[in-house]
Amino acid sequence: MSAVISHPLSVLPVPASRATQEPAWVRWLLISIALGWLGLFLFIPLAAIFTEALRKGLEVYWASLVDPDALSAIKLTLIATVIAVPANLVFGIAAAWAIAKFEFRGKQLLLTLIDLPFAVSPVIAGLIYVLLFGAQGWFGEWLQAHDVKIIFAVPGIVLATIFVTFPFVARELIPLMQAQGTEEEEAAVTMGASGWQTLWRVTLPNVKWGLLYGVILCNARAMGEFGAVSVVSGHIRGMTNTLPLHVEILYNEYNFAAAFAAASLLAGLALVTLALKSAVEWKTGAELRARNEETSNEH
Amino acid sequence: MAVLRSWKSHSVLPGFGLALGFTILYLSLIVLIPLSATFIKTAELGWGEFWTAVTTPRALASYRLSFGAAAIGALLNTGFGLLTAWVLVRYTFPGKRLVDALVDLPFALPTAVAGIALTAIYAPNGWLGQWLEPLGVKVAFTPLGVVIALTFIGLPFVVRTVQPVLEDLEAEVEEAAACLGASRWQTFAQVLMPALWPALITGFALAFARAVGEYGSVIFIAGNMPLISEISPLLIITKLEQYDYAGATAIAVVMLVISFALLLLINGLQWWISRRHGKRNP
Repeated sequence: MSAVISHPLSVLPVPASRATQEPAWVRWLLISIALGWLGLFLFIPLAAIFTEALRKGLEVYWASLVDPDALSAIKLTLIATVIAVPANLVFGIAAAWAIAKFEFRGKQLLLTLIDLPFAVSPVIAGLIYVLLFGAQGWFGEWLQAHDVKIIFAVPGIVLATIFVTFPFVARELIPLMQAQGTEEEEAAVTMGASGWQTLWRVTLPNVKWGLLYGVILCNARAMGEFGAVSVVSGHIRGMTNTLPLHVEILYNEYNFAAAFAAASLLAGLALVTLALKSAVEWKTGAELRARNEETSNEH
Repeated sequence: MAVLRSWKSHSVLPGFGLALGFTILYLSLIVLIPLSATFIKTAELGWGEFWTAVTTPRALASYRLSFGAAAIGALLNTGFGLLTAWVLVRYTFPGKRLVDALVDLPFALPTAVAGIALTAIYAPNGWLGQWLEPLGVKVAFTPLGVVIALTFIGLPFVVRTVQPVLEDLEAEVEEAAACLGASRWQTFAQVLMPALWPALITGFALAFARAVGEYGSVIFIAGNMPLISEISPLLIITKLEQYDYAGATAIAVVMLVISFALLLLINGLQWWISRRHGKRNP
């Protein structure tokens, strides 16, 4: 008992009075329904991926992963991600600096425009680049004359990936940097720091977890994008196939074990993403609580 | 300088021109100019041809399926999402943190992977499909399969919009309601729901908007029969593969216009909620 009493009052779980608490049977019924729902839509599909992948044994599983087509698909997925994520990271920081640290007219419109790619079907995201750079597109003839391939080639896949992951970093950073205000940056600049120094030493350290959070989400979507990439890729094996497209091809050839083996890699990636995301959320939550306690102790 | 000052308030911080300039340049090159290509391409068609292209029976059937299934999925997610958020915020049970983290799985799992996993489960010889088949319920390769896929894809939205609102609600309000003689159900329906419904609508709209354009998770489970189980994004791809660029673009424009309207609605809602919220807790 004494251990409990020594705790500050605020961290003790407040015992809910009976009047604002449901009866135990209602609680357990609601928990069961919720878990049943999540089981049906989340846990069973997740389990199915790994079960189907290993159905024909570890040897077949391993062989499907080291297949040359699978390896080249993994490589292309990594290439697209390594270009798309940093590009959107730089954009996210620039957009957040302009939007969060300054007041100007048209800000709301700019915010809505940045969100646009989330409202566009992935298929349309692919289509727009076909309209621009495809053989029949605006720049089609010019590109053909200069022997530059964008559609059905790696640049198209990179462009489509950049489009679908466009808002992720900006979206995380803007509200965070708005909440932190401009006082610290103004102090740094007034004391003679340059703009870049202020960004590197003051702003970015303050938002590092939000930045990481945005990068994690951006990365997951970049590696997993299917619809947009499918339109611009042309599905050339060993050349323009990303890992999700590789899954589709194997599946359509009824090579289920290999399809699920490749899918299990992507599912593993999703689980790592969720773990990292939770870790970052937990970390920011802890920092926020620490800061709140500090300020409440000061008063 | 006078012109500048009229639309931007003064600040001692440097880098505004560079940051905003880069933002607008990148936004234009990646998003705005390519998107405008769809509208310009459609303008080549002329109104009559456009109207014919977007109102063929096959196109109409695909809108009905895409928007109908997305609406059913979003509705299911609204009900069960509220329940899930409630359970995750109010109750404790073993494994709760793990379950909470896994709710975001549809955001993180590539759509093609979700598609083949759901198909494996609901195919006539699948884990659940084999039990549903004797009951006469066919899920995979029917419109019902589309609903399942679109429910999966929209699952996290309502949970994640409702959760923070539930966490912020003050216990005193419920205690007051109880003191005044309200039953638990009355408190929920008349005290809690009015605070929750803006978040519910936002979550519904987000789930709906996401599901309408979804492609990867649907095509494996849908069967893709024209007029029956063919979604609009698939119709766009089919037309592209037949080199009918104008037809594909016309359908894309219809979907874009509806999606933009939804986006404006969602942004408006969020702005309205934050203003309302801000007023209550100054």
